[in-house]
Amino acid sequence: MKKISVGKIVIYLVLAVIAFIWVYPFLWMVSASFKTQSEFFGSGLNLIPQAFHFDNFIRAWNNANFGVYFKNTIIVTISVVAIVLMSTSLAGYVIGRYAFIGKKVILGIFMASITIPLVFTVIPVYELLKELGLEQSLIGLILAESGGGHVIFLMLFSSFYASIPNEMEEAATIDGCGFFQTYAKIMFPLAKPIMVTVVTMQSIWTWNSFLLPLIVTLNNPEIRTLAVGLYALRGENVVDWTGIAAGACIAIVPIVILFVSLQKYFVDGIAGAVKS
Amino acid sequence: MKAKASGTTSVLKRQRLRKINIWCWVFMIPAVLLYVLFLGYPILSSVFYSTLDWSGMTSNAVFAGLDNFRELFGDKYFFNAVGNSFKYMVICVPFLLTISLALAYLFNSIIKKGAAVFRTVFFMPVVTTTSIVGIIMMFIFGGTGSVNQMLGLFGMKPVNWLGSGDYAMIVVVIVGVWKDVGTYMIYWLAALQSVSQDLYEAAMIDGANRWQTFSKIVLPIIMPIGGTIAILCIISSLKVFDLIQTMTNGGPFFATDVAATFVYRTAYSSATGTPRLGYASSAAVTFGAIIVAMGIIGNTIKGILSKRRTV
Repeated sequence: MKKISVGKIVIYLVLAVIAFIWVYPFLWMVSASFKTQSEFFGSGLNLIPQAFHFDNFIRAWNNANFGVYFKNTIIVTISVVAIVLMSTSLAGYVIGRYAFIGKKVILGIFMASITIPLVFTVIPVYELLKELGLEQSLIGLILAESGGGHVIFLMLFSSFYASIPNEMEEAATIDGCGFFQTYAKIMFPLAKPIMVTVVTMQSIWTWNSFLLPLIVTLNNPEIRTLAVGLYALRGENVVDWTGIAAGACIAIVPIVILFVSLQKYFVDGIAGAVKS
Repeated sequence: MKAKASGTTSVLKRQRLRKINIWCWVFMIPAVLLYVLFLGYPILSSVFYSTLDWSGMTSNAVFAGLDNFRELFGDKYFFNAVGNSFKYMVICVPFLLTISLALAYLFNSIIKKGAAVFRTVFFMPVVTTTSIVGIIMMFIFGGTGSVNQMLGLFGMKPVNWLGSGDYAMIVVVIVGVWKDVGTYMIYWLAALQSVSQDLYEAAMIDGANRWQTFSKIVLPIIMPIGGTIAILCIISSLKVFDLIQTMTNGGPFFATDVAATFVYRTAYSSATGTPRLGYASSAAVTFGAIIVAMGIIGNTIKGILSKRRTV
């Protein structure tokens, strides 16, 4: 018995060391964002700053435009999540509960494009936005970010809706609910657990998205998102490391908080993806 | 009389069916639109663009047939980029798969207390913005960054991590593994949860040690899902872009230039002057075809293996 617990202690110690290395980049980032420039270069390894300076954050927020980038990121994320949630729930509902003409074909097409890399489609997507007159605009970015097959979400919704007993639907029909009302009043509210998963996963993906916003905002810095903003800041200004660290905190801390509070749903969604 | 009745019911039934079909397609409209506009149509037009001699700045595109592809297959930078994509994938995948499996097994079957906290820690890099992580890592591996300072404490000379081709690839791989290992850990955990607890107990009663239990009993059971995980891992490693664009920009001297950064540079930030959308599209199409082919090959191998297992 004692031998086992010694082995376990070793495992925990090793894990603790690895875990520290794992989170070190984040600790470094947070610590650097509170340091002054001279302290940053003087004692780079020291993780606890001598004093907490908020100058870096103020500089990043105002001078480096991170306030605007933050607002843009929030607008884009919320809009994309709303669009994706609505469209995948509607489609998942009929895929899960009905046999309709063309269902297999459309699902096959969706599934077939799962492996296509974004870099394959990004040039035409931008040209399409140009034709719609939406290039270099937030609306264009939102539409492009919402685009795609969303196969994982379709699967999650359709298998959930398929599992709802028919009696629920029959009761709704007897109460005089039509096709749309049955969905909107009975089915959609039932799907809350799936909704939370979809909202969590899509928020994180959209918040972190880089290539599309990079291209869509190339000529319009005013609509940059945080992921692109920091990249641009590094390109323009290589000296202000503590300012960059503060910008990185502004971009990363909200999404980490969101993840830690909703991680069960995110992890369930990812695990569900590999099972199906 | 009877025939007439069944005739009217079948008409009613057909009407009902048609109504359902229409409703179903109405419900599908938003999803189909989002797919067609931003995935389906772009896939097709990428193929079309790849046959054009077109800068993207003006509308005067000239049909060039297969000229772009002919040039591409003689372009040593393209071959270098595709080669680097594969190099990155080949080094990353074994580390990603084994480390994530070890962590998942540890948290699923060996330790229980605190497993949730450790899982969160190892998963944290997955949810953080890759482009931002790339920039932070650039500093950490930079000339006066933490890694070199740490080496200094042990009396070692600083290394120019991102300035030399060989090291730059290693650093990018290390950061890539650090960033993504959490995803595969979750995949493996999902696979491990399908192994019944009784099997562990039966193995213990039979006197199997930890390693035997894992290699002889657990591993064969999770192998089929393992194949899927491996394919996902290979494909997503080949798609790497954000991390490399922000950490090394493909440098130094194209040592970490991958297919995606090649396409981006050719299309949007050409150092030589005019962007070339047609040429970039032909590179994107070629590389996209390679990835799709890898997926098909992977699934075929997996299919053959699982058939052999059941026979």
